[in-house]
Amino acid sequence: MYTFLLMFASLFAEAGTITDSTGAEVTAESPKKIITLSGNVTETVFALGFGEQVAGVDSSSLYPVEATAKPQVGYHRRINAEGLLSLSPDLIIATDAAGPPEVVEQIRKAGIPMAVLSSEATLEGAQNRIEQISKLLDKEKEGHVLVWEMQDKIKMVTKPKTAPKVLFIYARGGGTQNVAGLETSANAMIELAGGINAVTEYTGYKPMNAEAILAAQPDYILFTARGLESVGGAEEMKKLPGLSETPAAKNDNIIAIDDLLLLGFGPRTAEGVLQLSNAIQNK
Amino acid sequence: MGVVLIKMLALGALLIGIFCLSVVAGTVPIAWTSLFDILLHSVGIIEETTVPSGEAYIINYLRLPRSIFGVLVGSSMAIAGALMQGLFRNPLADPGLIGVSSGAALGAAVVIVLGFTLPLAPVLTLPIFAFCGGVLATVIVMRLSMINGRTNIGNMLLAGIAINAIAGSGTGLLVYVANDEQLRSLTFWTMGSLGSANWDNLPFLAALAFLPAVIGLSLGKTLNAFLLGENEALLLGVPVEKIKYLVIVIVCLIIGTCVSLTGMIGFIGLVVPHLCRMIFGPDNQKVLLGSLLLGASLLVGADLISRTIVSPAELPIGIVTSLVGGPFFLWLLFQKKFLGDL
Repeated sequence: MYTFLLMFASLFAEAGTITDSTGAEVTAESPKKIITLSGNVTETVFALGFGEQVAGVDSSSLYPVEATAKPQVGYHRRINAEGLLSLSPDLIIATDAAGPPEVVEQIRKAGIPMAVLSSEATLEGAQNRIEQISKLLDKEKEGHVLVWEMQDKIKMVTKPKTAPKVLFIYARGGGTQNVAGLETSANAMIELAGGINAVTEYTGYKPMNAEAILAAQPDYILFTARGLESVGGAEEMKKLPGLSETPAAKNDNIIAIDDLLLLGFGPRTAEGVLQLSNAIQNK
Repeated sequence: MGVVLIKMLALGALLIGIFCLSVVAGTVPIAWTSLFDILLHSVGIIEETTVPSGEAYIINYLRLPRSIFGVLVGSSMAIAGALMQGLFRNPLADPGLIGVSSGAALGAAVVIVLGFTLPLAPVLTLPIFAFCGGVLATVIVMRLSMINGRTNIGNMLLAGIAINAIAGSGTGLLVYVANDEQLRSLTFWTMGSLGSANWDNLPFLAALAFLPAVIGLSLGKTLNAFLLGENEALLLGVPVEKIKYLVIVIVCLIIGTCVSLTGMIGFIGLVVPHLCRMIFGPDNQKVLLGSLLLGASLLVGADLISRTIVSPAELPIGIVTSLVGGPFFLWLLFQKKFLGDL
């Protein structure tokens, strides 16, 4: 009976209701003051034409440029309930990376609808986030368009015939480097672009020394744009001991892609995949 | 004297053994036999070698400089620790007391979080800032501890604590504004790594850390006089003020240089002098020389573990030095407690 009622209710559900990743039902009625926490959420809300209604963003929201002019609420993993409430939002959209959990609870208790979306770093994850957000903002059609555009762009990706080994470095100057293992955003992007991660022995980001990087024999080394800057650009990077002897450095296969584009898993994910796959075509 | 000589020779042999092991072992397996081939080939004794050039590169440009780096850092840091303990006449004295480590950490955090690079030396930006931060903090501590032209050790301790707190809050502020990537970098930096070792920065390390450490070796007798108290040392003809200055400058150079190139590696400076005191007794001359040998062995050994235990990833060396060294030190303490003085 209850299930039936729910099904019935869902037929007439108000536009703007979703069940988020925490299982909570979140309803938004033509929101005018939205706080977006996490770069990919902000990007999506702007892409759906709700930029004007954004009342605050977190510090990882660096795209589009307009977002950086919005009031800052700090870093999304360390939000402060009172700070958010002071902007008197009528909707908060976050991912499950937002925290601490107590604060999410405090905000909901204050009666502000807060949607917490899955932060899954996959193409499906990115599409789900767009669909959820567009549903919440009653812009389902526009959301579908964004997803279609993404799918179209993904179809343009021609994977290299033999998958090259790509090693992703979170650069921080010379010496030991933070390298992406399995279950990372970078790993997901490398696979989508038709490469394979040169490091499969561990998960997450771990420090790797020059010898281990050399032993991994990467065909390509991938950086975020800011990361490559921190070692002084591709030319300087190729001089680092150990790294200099990798096939990637010898064949000039050093790639840098904008940080959010590469690792954000927002609406521009397909664009990032396309750029990466074009860069690893075994010239 | 004979016993001391034998003990010293044993420590020397230990160092040579660990050094060789450190060159042989690593992520890429290389046989002992090819190792000799490569080494003989590099110094020009044999012309032809069948060893693949990749292996030779790893030995010559990665493991060899890194192992030598470990020797220089380990021995210098251990001597810095022994000098501090001698100067403060306190077994708990640690090079961190004069602000040099926390100042260096602040310098490193500035570079990592604000993310800028010096145009001439992008890769050296972090070491340069860390070194300057460490030296600056020590200079401030020194200035604050001067009373009527004399350095007051008690004041130095308090000024050091205050400067550590201030530098720590600066680092904390930077941590607060950092993003995930920067936090990760900063956290790993504070746990240390010898990964930045190469032939280009070895001369800097030798000149700015190892040379001062060797000078520090000659201070053993003077520090023995210090054990009696400052006034007594003065009566014995020790130029107390000059020695204090010299020790602080030496320690500051050693720790500033090591920390800026390796990040934070704790424990060596505190524990190695203790181990040496257990082996050789309280004579600072022997403690200093012993620290040189044992510090190098321990750090190269710790680096070996850090490079191989979770290969191909690397376990930060600071974790290894504390994880292996801490319990070992405790065990030694209890041995001492139950068996009396070693």
